[in-house]
Amino acid sequence: MNRDFFPADTRTDSAPHGAMFDYLLRLGDDSLILCQRLTEWCGHAPALEIDLSLANIGLDLIGQATLFLNFAGAIEDRGRDGDRLAFHRDASDFRNCLLVEQPNGDFAQTMARQFLFSTAQLGLFEQLMLSTEPRIAEIAAKGVKEVRYHADLAADWIVRLGDGTDESRNRMVVGLDWCWRFIDELFLVDDVEAGLIEQGIAVDRSALRGAFDARLSSVLADAGLPAPVYPRGVRGGRAGRHSEHLGHLLATMQHLPRSYPDAVW
Amino acid sequence: MQLSAEGAERILAALESVPDPEIPAISLMDLGVIRGIRREPPAVLITPTYSGCPATLVIERAVREAVDAAGYSDVPVETVLAPPWTTDWITERGREHLRDYGIAPPPKGSASMTLKAGAPVACPRCGSDETREVSRFGSTPCKAQWQCRACLEPFDHFKCH
Repeated sequence: MNRDFFPADTRTDSAPHGAMFDYLLRLGDDSLILCQRLTEWCGHAPALEIDLSLANIGLDLIGQATLFLNFAGAIEDRGRDGDRLAFHRDASDFRNCLLVEQPNGDFAQTMARQFLFSTAQLGLFEQLMLSTEPRIAEIAAKGVKEVRYHADLAADWIVRLGDGTDESRNRMVVGLDWCWRFIDELFLVDDVEAGLIEQGIAVDRSALRGAFDARLSSVLADAGLPAPVYPRGVRGGRAGRHSEHLGHLLATMQHLPRSYPDAVW
Repeated sequence: MQLSAEGAERILAALESVPDPEIPAISLMDLGVIRGIRREPPAVLITPTYSGCPATLVIERAVREAVDAAGYSDVPVETVLAPPWTTDWITERGREHLRDYGIAPPPKGSASMTLKAGAPVACPRCGSDETREVSRFGSTPCKAQWQCRACLEPFDHFKCH
């Protein structure tokens, strides 16, 4: 539980192309990596309806990722578009939070991760709609309705499994336990974001924790699940220090475009 | 460069008959994804239903072809995100066509997304309100899977969005 995946800081939070580029990578990579994880369920979910749900949530996420990463590429202005950023960066250049790269585990663990991420993302997007950067505001306004649906669907499953059989309850407890150590990072504010928060571009994530905790408590209570006991938090994703899992995920996701860079549909 | 009012009308008329690629029963105009014609600088404005809707590129191409065929190949097709698409933009005629096609349309004015406590969804086949949600997602991200308890038929419900 308290394993630390990472060596001592080897990278700094410095942003080579500016804080704005970095922030857009964080937003886009969260959606991109979680989408890739969800697609691993394609054809393997416990039921056809769940298969459809997970794939369709992934589709919404890939849409958000495309919008954020295309914008990041435009801000960077070095000829990289969303596809280039998705398929031709190494793990240490990804800026997603650690939660989204965690393995699917069983269905309970997948839904635990989904509920925690979507609930945090919902709070974030609701505020990002007010960003002084109009492009970010409109991407968030577009995505917020989708994310609300994801958060609600996942909450339903927390309750169904938590308040289900002994087996499903145990699995949900274990699934949530896997995730707790990655929650602090979702609300972390570092130097990259502090400046953007000043300008009204970024959202102060630390201010979103209260609403997140309240929603979490309410859903856990409905599910008859125990309140979280947070172990020491693990962090590093925003600075490119990732768990081993991300490398394996990228190996699958990037294999084709990296092996055949000129391949087209 | 400015597009004449007459030109804008002609383009809109040409777009009336372009079907949605996923749900051909409804036109892109009735679905509300064609946001209008900007006259200066000229552009046909379209918007995606969902951020990741895979039909977006096909829609763009279909619009492009229709605008070309109407003789306005110099008018670009532009994708806009704001304001975000909502099911409230589906026209009455579009709702009729969805229902005829076997898809329960979203209730008008419900785009604020009530998930569970919303109005009952009427079966598009027999009209009964005795229906239940089977799956939050259906064959596309914009639809959920429902079933009628009266006639037992499963059907797609266009989610409120």
